[in-house]
Amino acid sequence: MSLLVTPAERADAPQAETPVPRSPDPARPRPRRRTPNAQLVVGAVLIAAIAAMALVSVFWTPYDPTHAVAADRLQHPSAAHPMGTDRYGRDVLSGIMAGAQITLLVGTVSVLIGAAIGVPFGILAGMRPKRLGPVIMGGSDVVMAFPGLLLAIVFGAVFGGGTLSAMIALGIGSAPAFARVARSGTLQVMSMDYIFAARAANRPGLSIAVRHVLPNISGMLIVQCSVNFAIAVLAEAGLSFLGLGTLPPTPSWGRMLLDSQQFLATNAYLAVFPGAAIAIAVLGFNLLGDGLRDRFDPKMRTR
Amino acid sequence: MVIRLLKLAGSFLATVLVSTVVVFLLLRVMPGDPATVALGIEATPEQLAAWRAEHGVDAPLVVQYVEWLGGLLTGNFGVSYVTGQDITPVIADRLQVTLILVGLAMVLAIVVAVPLGTLAAMRQGHPSGSVISGVSQIGVAVPSFLVGMLLIVFFAIELGWFPAGGWAPPSDPEFLQHVTLPVIALGTVQASILTRYVRSAVLEIQREDFLRTARSKGLTANLALVRHGLRNAGIPVLTVVGVQMAGLLVGAVVVERVFTIPGLGSYLVDSVGNRDLLAVQAIVVVLVVSIVLINFLVDLAYTLLDPRIRRAA
Repeated sequence: MSLLVTPAERADAPQAETPVPRSPDPARPRPRRRTPNAQLVVGAVLIAAIAAMALVSVFWTPYDPTHAVAADRLQHPSAAHPMGTDRYGRDVLSGIMAGAQITLLVGTVSVLIGAAIGVPFGILAGMRPKRLGPVIMGGSDVVMAFPGLLLAIVFGAVFGGGTLSAMIALGIGSAPAFARVARSGTLQVMSMDYIFAARAANRPGLSIAVRHVLPNISGMLIVQCSVNFAIAVLAEAGLSFLGLGTLPPTPSWGRMLLDSQQFLATNAYLAVFPGAAIAIAVLGFNLLGDGLRDRFDPKMRTR
Repeated sequence: MVIRLLKLAGSFLATVLVSTVVVFLLLRVMPGDPATVALGIEATPEQLAAWRAEHGVDAPLVVQYVEWLGGLLTGNFGVSYVTGQDITPVIADRLQVTLILVGLAMVLAIVVAVPLGTLAAMRQGHPSGSVISGVSQIGVAVPSFLVGMLLIVFFAIELGWFPAGGWAPPSDPEFLQHVTLPVIALGTVQASILTRYVRSAVLEIQREDFLRTARSKGLTANLALVRHGLRNAGIPVLTVVGVQMAGLLVGAVVVERVFTIPGLGSYLVDSVGNRDLLAVQAIVVVLVVSIVLINFLVDLAYTLLDPRIRRAA
């Protein structure tokens, strides 16, 4: 006889004529009907659109985004320039398309840096909660006192700004968030039977971390990646807006907003299009994060 | 309880101390010799050496750090090498401006977000709940400096109700005119973020046993929530407000830039541009210590408000 006995197979199961709703077995949840999660879908579509735009812009843009045409200065949106031109006569649509590259680059690299620093420390803090954990989290508290934006401004002073220093600063700034999530996930996982089993089998800590802890907290980490991606996009835009992020002539949405400032009265579209692009990217990653959280975190489900 | 408070205070002081070391070391690697910045590139080596001796930058790092820390403790940040200004009063002025902005923006955010977030949770599944959630989701995604620019277009340029920029201190009759648009720009974005947290805190609390008990003894769902739920939902919301305030201290800089407001963040960006090492160091330390202080106060409030933590300790 199988070890897995469903309630209906048991001899003492109620023999009712109408099917009695079975009490759910907590260890084996009923297969849930996977309704397509609207947030997840919309978020994925928005990000796919931005990614497609970035990809296309590598090979083709309507105009050269850095090419100034004096005769075409400050043209309002038209058939030739669907989003108009800026004060140097550069095509705004082309700039937005090319700007998607920087946005995705900064987001991706800074999230990878944040995860690469934060996750190992977080797992370690969770696996050694007595001595090492508090020390690591104390260090994380110190880093947390330096928000990514502040670090990026200071790095601008130290290393002279630019995309690379922005990515590193935002990455370091996001590491404490990753460490916290990894630690709290690890603490939960460490009380599981399979960890006791692995420990009883005398598996080394690194092996437990990689084979048992990491896969079980990966859902939370992916959610955190998405959330931090959104934060990085906003921060990069802010930095470029301060003139400390991506350096011209590389097109970036934040820089386009900065340049639009003097023309708000006459050419407000110069602010609207890059602003909308930033908002769509951030919205996409936030929706994706919420959607993934619904899927991975049973506590947050049914929201 | 006392032990927990002492532990909190201890970790606060340790974090502050380590942060000051980090700031000090970080800014020491800044390229550009301060002596050359101060005297210009024509200065002779003897002049440079004399300047360094006078300002103590030729001393060992540890000595410099201790002197600098001593200055911090007495509120003396020194004199800028670049502008020749005393840094402390400038920081005090700028910090006041930023604190006013951040404080008012957070008040606005709380006033908007607490009722909206609660409503969104109570109307979950209802169209009005979804509308609030959707709008707040969009509000989170829009950068505050874009909101500021759009506000300028409509309320300063088109309608002429408010000035497009500048600042007046609270004693000035023009203060309200100058502060309104920037506070709305900062506040709406923070309100959107906070609304989402209030909503999920209230949703969380509605599943608690004590609310089920309250409802089962005959209170309506709304009354049970108001009497027993909101106070409990307040604790996680308080944490978010703390995180937001800490983030805004630096984050306000973009809005300060849009409205040309002389806040602390603007001073930082300007000092970075001027390679004003001492000023950058001083501003960063003020910001970092403020952030640590806010985090500490949130932890403290948590301990005092939550009876579970209070008794456990």
